[in-house]
Amino acid sequence: MRAAMRDDLPFPRTEVGKETEAYNFAYLDEQTKRMIRRAILKAIAIPGYQVPFASREMPMPYGWGTGGVQVTAAVLGPDDVLKVIDQGSDDTTNAVSIRRFFAKTAGVATTTKTREATLIQTRHRIPEEPLRDGQILVYQVPIPEPLRFLEPRETETRKLHALADYGLMHVKLYEDIARHGHIATTYAYPVEVAGRYVMDPSPTPKFDNPKMDMCAALQLFGAGREKRIYAVPPHTRVRSLDFEDHPFRIQTFKQPCALCGAEGGYLDEVVLDDRGGRMFVCSDTDFCEERRAAGHRGAMAADGDAAGETR
Amino acid sequence: MSIALAPGFTEPVFDAQRVFRAVMDATARPATVQPLATDLAPPAPLTPELAAVALALADHEAPLWLDAALAAVPAVAAYLRFHTGARIVEAPDEAAFALVAEPDAMPPLGAFAVGTDEYPDRSTTVVMAVRRLAAGQGLACEGPGILGRADIAIAPLPGDFLVQRAANRALFPRGVDCVFVAPGSVAALPRTTQILPEG
Repeated sequence: MRAAMRDDLPFPRTEVGKETEAYNFAYLDEQTKRMIRRAILKAIAIPGYQVPFASREMPMPYGWGTGGVQVTAAVLGPDDVLKVIDQGSDDTTNAVSIRRFFAKTAGVATTTKTREATLIQTRHRIPEEPLRDGQILVYQVPIPEPLRFLEPRETETRKLHALADYGLMHVKLYEDIARHGHIATTYAYPVEVAGRYVMDPSPTPKFDNPKMDMCAALQLFGAGREKRIYAVPPHTRVRSLDFEDHPFRIQTFKQPCALCGAEGGYLDEVVLDDRGGRMFVCSDTDFCEERRAAGHRGAMAADGDAAGETR
Repeated sequence: MSIALAPGFTEPVFDAQRVFRAVMDATARPATVQPLATDLAPPAPLTPELAAVALALADHEAPLWLDAALAAVPAVAAYLRFHTGARIVEAPDEAAFALVAEPDAMPPLGAFAVGTDEYPDRSTTVVMAVRRLAAGQGLACEGPGILGRADIAIAPLPGDFLVQRAANRALFPRGVDCVFVAPGSVAALPRTTQILPEG
């Protein structure tokens, strides 16, 4: 926590809000930022490889996005526009608190609009709207090692990556098929990056895996507790592991979003009462709100449901 | 020595962020030329852009190596030591960042740290000051970060640079990463970038 109160760094007070005066820009001290920045550069140069870094204690518990927050803090500049999503939503606790954290410590502009953001920090979703060149997507990662639950020893997993020996992962997917008749892994679905490293895409639903492939945005991954940073450069092949006779498939939903009527999006189930009532709505709140603002209506949308109204 | 030390970044926090971001954009989009503005005035032959990259990224954990032209001027090492706190190492393969003022006279890429199979990130980033960086012509490049193909002209380069790069590419995931700075701009050819044979 010592980093929080450094006054010895020259601080152009004219450029940031009053609230930030007690903090260095974006909270982290400059030496920590340099260390993270060096790790980010190597991560981009070796797509999918997990670069160890000296993760710092942050003013939030592990599991609340400390890795993503440190990556964001190291990358963020005063002109960035920050969006934070938690399971696709801009308005849940984790997203709100991280957005406020950077509004307070960096004085940056924030937004809920995917289109307006230059940097998006995410917990477990990729926005439905295609990302564009120049945008940066920062993932919060709990367990960065895709082989960890198959091989607990770090020395061994490191060797497996060095040798590109990913047979174990295929065995795991095969056991899925043997047991369930299909590949039952639905989130944190392993991917191969640029034809070399097998990578954990963080616990995003496998629905989002195809969006990572040849994505125009730079994708950065930060795991705070596990102290790893990895990356996928823009326009890079990201292939979900599969078998010829059991090709990779994403989830599909039987009905469209109950609020905006979108088909082909990723839906959340919302329980409405204790008599089995439920609805399925877009997990990406910005996508859903934009569609409703454009006049789209789902089966359960209230009449005159104004854009931006909370559901 | 009674030389006055040239100043570092005017706004250390924001200048370092801007320089890093330019280098990051260049690394993420190999063979593109990114703007890199700096008001540094370091002792020659250290160029303002070389100094900017060093000041933004080097410190006591990330040693620097200087090529013969830079090492010949004690004021360069004094400037870098004071502003970064980085050790200046003699052996090129001990450096996190190698600063090169005369790329046509530098040691082969293989002389720098290439990392290990287990830790390929423990490799040197070679930062070369060149006179000319121009996108859309010159070397044809392919690889992660490049949509299809991208061309970049870089001069001067070591005579057998393409051969060295091909050898470096063959080491993947080990290898050195190259950053090029010219007045006002930066570009990068990370180890993943493949330079296509001419013709």
